[in-house]
Amino acid sequence: MTDPLISVAGLGKSFRVGDVPALQNLTFDVHAGEVTGLVGPDGAGKTTLLRLLAGLLDRDAGAVRVCGLDPRNSAQRLHAVLSYMPQKFGLYEDLTVMENLSLYADLREVSGKSRTERFETLLEFTNLHPFTDRLAGALSGGMKQKLGLACSLIRKPRLLLLDEPSVGVDPISRRELWHMVQGLVDDGIGVIWSTAYLDEAELCPRVLVLSEGQKIFDGTPQAMTEPLTGRTFHLTGMKAGRRRALDDLLASPDVIDGVIEGKNLRLVIREGGDSDTLLEAFANTKLVPVRPRFEDAFMDRLGGARTSRSPFRASPDLAKSDRDASIRADKLTKTFGDFVAARDISFEVARGEIYGLIGPNGAGKSTTFKMLCGLLKPTSGHASIAGFDLGQSPSEARGRLGYMAQKFSLYGDLSVRQNLDFFAGVYGLTAEQRGATIRQMISTFDLNELINQNAGTIPLGHRQRLALACAVMHRPNVLFLDEPTSGVDPRTRREFWSHINALADSGTTIIVTTHFMEEAEYCDRVGLIYEGNMIAEGSPAALKAAAGDPGMTLENAFIQLVSASHRDGAAA
Amino acid sequence: MSDDPTHAVFSVRRVQGLVRKEFRQVLRDPSNFAVAVILPALLLFLFGYGVSFDPRHYNVGLVVEQATPQSGSFTAALTNSPFFDATYARDRRVLEPALIAGDLHAIIVLPADFADQAYRSHSAPLQVIVDGSDPNTAILVQGYIELLWVNWLEQESLSRGGAMITPPVTIEHRVWFNQELASRNYLVPGSIAIILTLIGSLLTALVIAREWERGTMEALLATPVNIAELLIGKLAPYFLLGMGSMALSTVLAIVVFDIPLRGSPAILTLVSAVYMLTSLGQGLLISTLTRIQLVAAQVSILAAFLPAFYFSNFVFEGDSMPVALQWVSYLVPARYFVPSLQTIFLTGDVWPIILPNLAALSGIALVFFAITLLRTRTRLD
Repeated sequence: MTDPLISVAGLGKSFRVGDVPALQNLTFDVHAGEVTGLVGPDGAGKTTLLRLLAGLLDRDAGAVRVCGLDPRNSAQRLHAVLSYMPQKFGLYEDLTVMENLSLYADLREVSGKSRTERFETLLEFTNLHPFTDRLAGALSGGMKQKLGLACSLIRKPRLLLLDEPSVGVDPISRRELWHMVQGLVDDGIGVIWSTAYLDEAELCPRVLVLSEGQKIFDGTPQAMTEPLTGRTFHLTGMKAGRRRALDDLLASPDVIDGVIEGKNLRLVIREGGDSDTLLEAFANTKLVPVRPRFEDAFMDRLGGARTSRSPFRASPDLAKSDRDASIRADKLTKTFGDFVAARDISFEVARGEIYGLIGPNGAGKSTTFKMLCGLLKPTSGHASIAGFDLGQSPSEARGRLGYMAQKFSLYGDLSVRQNLDFFAGVYGLTAEQRGATIRQMISTFDLNELINQNAGTIPLGHRQRLALACAVMHRPNVLFLDEPTSGVDPRTRREFWSHINALADSGTTIIVTTHFMEEAEYCDRVGLIYEGNMIAEGSPAALKAAAGDPGMTLENAFIQLVSASHRDGAAA
Repeated sequence: MSDDPTHAVFSVRRVQGLVRKEFRQVLRDPSNFAVAVILPALLLFLFGYGVSFDPRHYNVGLVVEQATPQSGSFTAALTNSPFFDATYARDRRVLEPALIAGDLHAIIVLPADFADQAYRSHSAPLQVIVDGSDPNTAILVQGYIELLWVNWLEQESLSRGGAMITPPVTIEHRVWFNQELASRNYLVPGSIAIILTLIGSLLTALVIAREWERGTMEALLATPVNIAELLIGKLAPYFLLGMGSMALSTVLAIVVFDIPLRGSPAILTLVSAVYMLTSLGQGLLISTLTRIQLVAAQVSILAAFLPAFYFSNFVFEGDSMPVALQWVSYLVPARYFVPSLQTIFLTGDVWPIILPNLAALSGIALVFFAITLLRTRTRLD
């Protein structure tokens, strides 16, 4: 075998003296001609590792060779043979696609005929040809990432480092990106692809799993999932109460992990665990063995999902009350000039239901979402929350909803406690309610340790928890979640959903947008929006059936339905 | 296509690419245009028309205790003066409330024996009460009244056909370099310094912080670009922008405000270019301290813009400041630039003034760049 492209031995890095090291005693090699998946929970040290390899950070300990060079003292020479695409890729949003490409061509000294040829190849490769004069800021999330990739490939590198290239990118663009990178690997380039999407990790021939700065696995995904063979099941045949059942099952010591998958529950049983006794509590159900996924193995390695029950379960007061928590969208239409962002979108969500809005980047999902929670005034049509029309009684309607924005929308310069105090005040909680509610939020979301830190400096997972805490403090009838788990690791996502499920079961209606099709499986119903129209609606199973195969993944169903609609649109 | 990477330590192409990118951004972002073109014009018009330290109309009260031909002629002289708006009374006490209320700047009292005392030397036949709450105005009013009095005396003696009163010394005022004593003649050149400070320090610190905030810097640093290329890529466009803005301001100053340019345009350009470098150096230095646009803006306002405003002789005379502040002013680059500008515009190429200032500016620029180079790293930590 040839020399490795990257060889790392005993690598360590700390940012502040006394802090937990960001990376500890890492040793691994990366070879040319394959994609190495860099996987790990939020805060595991993925970005730090990539920056160290790219010579943008200096290490504290260990030895690193990248492309035969030491990034510490040969950074400039290294940058000539390496391309690095940071998490928020440095596209100049006020420059056009072509101008961004030209800048990177200049920076990498690609000129003359080879420049024209390279542009041609890359534009072809990324399907960006029709958009060369468009400002990068006006591209969809998926197109931005493709342009970022094109800029990194202006001069074919020996090593390509991609830091979460698929965050916030819809399934179709995600798949396209993946195929592009696959093409590069066939050319002999070495690629490190860091990701929070575990289904992507499963596609890599080799994965490196980090947790808290340490390597917990290095090998093929098969080697990681194999030990779980015979321990992963679908619990089928449940009539109702899946969310409740999941909670009960997770409390069992035999269950390592469990998620909702459409009508079924997907369970991972502890090694040597007894799966038969599990069924006793549920009549007419059966366990069907399924092939283990990378995510199952990942959760197994990390010690499983958190098994503590969400305190929101214990809110009988809300569950019993029959307050209205319905959502109605009636022919919602929004136009911006000539552009129709959403057309005649109608649907209803009943109390306690979880409804997912899915669709490619720029399809009109966010526009619909914003009209529903009163952030955007519809051009025509009506929306109502808990029986109050957003157009006629906006403040009554808004007082009954909680909203968690996609971007971090808390005050980064205020401490966790100050944020909670502030939102409690904004939502009009009385002084007595306030103290008790804040205490409850702190214990529910495990915020005690960080209570005096500035919200802007706490880890992403905790920020998301805090944001959710702020959104539910006033016990809204309806909860709006805009990509709540984007970039969050599976363990945090499970914890998040245990709260969402508990809230739904206690009568809160939930609308969630997501790019993450496994997350869409947790919903009772989903609406698929494409080019401003609702092209499909129903339970995840119904969408799969509509796409032609009840056994397919929701992600494949999504791609199928969108492509079909695209073809129809083109034919019409 | 060759995939052999070059190892050029310094690449003109890379610098060109960066400069071109920066220009495109400047042209596309209306806020840059505002700082480079609209702001200079606005400042010039503000200081050219709006702000003036020149004499204006003063409200005075005139008390004539006993009307005589002499008091009549003095009243006429006061009424005809372009500097005064007079209110008349027979008794001082009538006007005192107006003085207290601030409606009058001064009261002139012609006593009953005015006619007798008027022509005697060594006498003070008239009383002037000035509102001293604004000392600058008080001194001006007092001066103008004295001038009015001396003029009236001269005319009176002439009309009475004689050298009756010949003051032993006559003072003849002659103002050099700014004959009209128009404050805009030194305010307008001074505001050019303010404009260059804003472009050099504020804009430069802002655009670099913006690259950090948007994550473009991280992507740039991962390319073969080095510190020198990166710095030149930022300096060159904003240097040219600043010089363009300077040229625009000069043309406006000459054409619109009739400010003379007595020195040579070449020297003006040279001095401005050196100041522009100093200012850019300061901006780059600020950008090594912070990666947040808001902080960059605050620091450059506090560390560059306000000192340039206060310590540069632009509005406030350095000589009248406390000694400690005068020492502080030696650290402010604009302190060396504004007097040079005023000299070049109003006097000419006076080397004894320009050369030391030029030397000081170059020295400061070198210090700023040296610190910037030492502090800038092509790493994130």
